[in-house]
Order: sequence, then structure tokens, then C-alpha cells
Amino acid sequence: MGINFRQETFRDDFTFRNSPEFIRRFPFPFHEDAYMYAVNIEPHVQGPKGTVFENLIDVDEHYVAEMQDRAKVLAEDPLRCQSLPHMTLAGWDLLELLMTEQAKGYPEHFTLTRDGDRWRWINRPLGIDDTFTFGDLSTLPYGPMEYITRQSQGDFCILDQRDGNLWMDAGMVTTQADWSLDFDIGMNFFEWHAPVPLAHEKGIFTRALKFLTNIQQGKPARRLNWTMTINPRLDTSPENYHKWGPDRTTVTPDNVGDKVHLRVELQSFWRLPRSNALVFPIRCYLIKMEELVTVPKWARRFHRVLRDLPNELVEYKGLTRYRPAVIDWLSKYDDGTPTSPGFTPD
Amino acid sequence: MPAKTILSRPVYGTLSPQTGKNHLFIADAEGAAAILDLAKKAPDGFFASAHIMFIPEMAGNQFQTALRTLKPAQFYEGPSVAAALPRLRQTLANAHMGLRLYLTGSEGLIGQAMQVALEAGIDHSSIQTEHRGSWARRVQCVHCKGITENVTTQPATCAHCGLLLLVRDHYSRRLAAFQGVCINAEDPSEIPQKEEIFR
Repeated sequence: MGINFRQETFRDDFTFRNSPEFIRRFPFPFHEDAYMYAVNIEPHVQGPKGTVFENLIDVDEHYVAEMQDRAKVLAEDPLRCQSLPHMTLAGWDLLELLMTEQAKGYPEHFTLTRDGDRWRWINRPLGIDDTFTFGDLSTLPYGPMEYITRQSQGDFCILDQRDGNLWMDAGMVTTQADWSLDFDIGMNFFEWHAPVPLAHEKGIFTRALKFLTNIQQGKPARRLNWTMTINPRLDTSPENYHKWGPDRTTVTPDNVGDKVHLRVELQSFWRLPRSNALVFPIRCYLIKMEELVTVPKWARRFHRVLRDLPNELVEYKGLTRYRPAVIDWLSKYDDGTPTSPGFTPD
Repeated sequence: MPAKTILSRPVYGTLSPQTGKNHLFIADAEGAAAILDLAKKAPDGFFASAHIMFIPEMAGNQFQTALRTLKPAQFYEGPSVAAALPRLRQTLANAHMGLRLYLTGSEGLIGQAMQVALEAGIDHSSIQTEHRGSWARRVQCVHCKGITENVTTQPATCAHCGLLLLVRDHYSRRLAAFQGVCINAEDPSEIPQKEEIFR
């Protein structure tokens, strides 16, 4: 039995929500009652059924709606998808990776058939059946990176590796937490992370870069990151900040449960075989506060994390205006009892 | 030089004569003084293989005579950075191995000349830079993508879409610009006072 894809929106009337079994598989990012930056990178290996790690490229009930939202973002602003001229080969690598993983994990929805360089790709949820020649740009309607990332959930950054550094030289970025691909493209690892507070001083990026440049083919790694979003809006780009920023002033004690979302990024890191580039999928998961508190452990823990968050992080993550209202709302779900270690619901 | 802020913000050095077959200098206004200072340390005959492109801007006529006295193989005086860039592109397109590039003057001049050099395939770390004169910024509006030249205030108004922008230290060599992000996006009724801080 396949996934029942929801018809929903991430803009205007905001009909996004998670069905109950998808709440239970949400990648809750806090393993203890406090949060600080760490190089929290671990091997990206398959996890138990019913988690987002069941397949290494996760497809969920929001797939079709997310792809429709991406198409709208790109129609409004094509600069969200860019690839510097030397990155085409890495785009083909990414196309192979995503087609292979999606077809393997969800054979009822995706089928890839290869006959030498002649490939046939069937994407049933989006009604696509294309035959093309691998490596021949003229046989696809878009460049290989754009073609496949219009059919894959999450943002994708492709990083060229040279001079002991990683360079953000291509990407499809339409669901980002407030950073601009158009501005950052061409930057190295330290440059595009330059605005992040506290982490440079802790040596986080130096250690992370060392780890990432040593990633081997077939041994991907992952980490979780998080922020918060008002309304289930995927496109919280700086480009449109003047359009979505006012949402942050609309939080009241009565609407916290429906309006305020924890936004978790599952970032994974993969070595690509032909180009030796790294691809960095940034998969975004949203959960409403009223959905989160259906798991009592997560409600207690998130209340404590948010309450004790350092001020620099509150500011950087843009939580300043509405954090007090959310802490107040969550406090009703925190009776002070201890929470068990680890991420999973009790 | 202002305190170093974040890692994407350019860091400038002091020009010094490099080993190379040809030397291309691009300077605006007080950048000329950096070339004259370098000349004091340069070996005899150094400028015989040099090309100086100079945009006087506010400096008027005060440096041209001294620069010509260095006897560069080529000397060009241009009315603006924008006017000089096609000539720079052409020069770099015809350049050979062994060309050394020296950029000096305002941050906008260094940034735009470096942008052209990057497009010509020159590695940014091989380029000598020295800041002299104005700290006025080129700012890309992240919203409309327009670039506003000579920004001296914080916040600043985007010359294209009119949004009031917080000028960040986050800098893109590819765009030769700092990033501007709407400062009152969450509540447009908040209008912070502009202060003159990039002089």
C-alpha cells in the first residue's frame, strides 16, 4: 500500500497538517531538555519502520503538495535554482542518487529502468513518464539538478570540494530557513555560515568541515537542525521576508496551537561518484504546536528548551516577538516530571 | 580598517610588489597613494611592465602627475568604475600567465574589479588588495535584487524597490555587494533612524 498524499497548501489558506501517524514519525530534534550547537553528525543509516529514517531519501504524505509549492516559488523567482557552469556533472550525479533512492524506497510510486545510458523514469504521484539519455542535457526539459529536485522533497545544495574547502556552487532552495542561495552561491563553507552566531567561536565549523570533506561514497552522514515558523509556510526565504515577516506579529494565546510550528531540518551529506562533489539535502519537517503536544514527552521537553534558549539563538532564529506566548502556552503541558533520554516518544 | 566582523567580510592587506611578468593596477581616488607607496618598495624597472587604471573620483587631479612619473607601460584615467570595467574585462581576456593584479581604493572599486577578475578565472586569493578612502558600500537588496551604490547609512533605502534595508556585513564576492534585508519587515510601522556609518 502506498502513501496517501495529502492535498494541502503552504501559503494563503495554509491547509497543511500532519496525520496522526506522521506526528509519531516527526524527527523531534532534542535528545535532552536543553539545546546548544554541537557537531551532532552521525552516519545516515536506515532506521526503524515508521520513522523518517526508514528510507535514506524520505518521501511522505506532503510530497505532492510540496512539489506544487516549489513550482509556484520557481515561477515567481527562478533565481532560487542556480548552478554554476562547472556543476553540471554533479547535477547528473544527484539525479542518479535521487531516482535510485526514491525508486528503491517507494517502488509503488517511482520506477527507474536503465538500458545503458537510456533511462526511463516514472513518477506516478506527479504523473511523469520520461525517457532520456543520461548525460545528454538536450533530452531533459530542465538541467539534471533542476529536473530531479522539482520531484524531490527538501532543498538541495551541491558543494564542490577544492582547496580543502567546500563551495556552494549549485542548489535548489525554495524551503529555506531564511538564507539566500542567490547571495551565497559561490561562497566557501566558512563564508556562507558567516552570519551564524556563537558556533564559529566554538570551533564547530572547522570540525564540521573536516568531517564533511572526508565523507566517502556510500557512507552518507546526517544531522538535525531546527527553528520555528509562523503558519506552515515552506518559503520563508529572505527574498520574501517582507511578505511573511508580519506573520510573526499575529501570534496570540488563542492561536499558538495552530499557528506556531516547530521546523526541523534533516540535513544529510552524500559524496557523489563522478564529480566528487557533496550533496547536502536539507529536508524540512513542520509540526504544529497542537500536534507536538499530543506526544507528552515532546511537549515537556520543547517547553524547557525554548524557555532556556540563549538570547543570541532566540535573536538569530527570529523567535523574539512570539517566544513568550509560546512558552506560556506550552507551560500548560509541562508538569515538571522528568523526560526520558533520547528523541523518541515514550 | 574597521574591526573584523564576520568571515564573509573581505579583509584587505597592504600592496607589495609581486614576482610576475606584468602588473595590472586598478585604483580609485586615494588608492593612488597606495600605488605610490608600493613604488617606494618596487625594484628598478618594475613599472615598465605595469598598466595602471585610475579613476580619480573625488581626488580630482592630485595624483595623476605622480602616477605618470612612475612611467607605467600603460596609463588610463577613467571617469567612473562602471566606465572602466569593459576595458578591464578586455585586458584580462587578453592577459597571459604571469599577470599580477593589484586593487586599491574604495571597497566598491576593489569589489567590482575583483568580480570581473573572478569571471576571468583569476583566483581571489592571488589578488593583492589595499583599502584606501571611502567605506561606502555596494548593497544588494535581497528582495528585488537591485544593487544600490555608495551606501553610507544604516539602515539604507533600496534605490530600486524602496524598502528600508538593514545593511549586513555578509558579503558576496560574486555580486561584489553586501546583503541588504528589510529592517522593518515584521512591522512596517517601525521606522528606525538612519545613521551615517559607512564613510
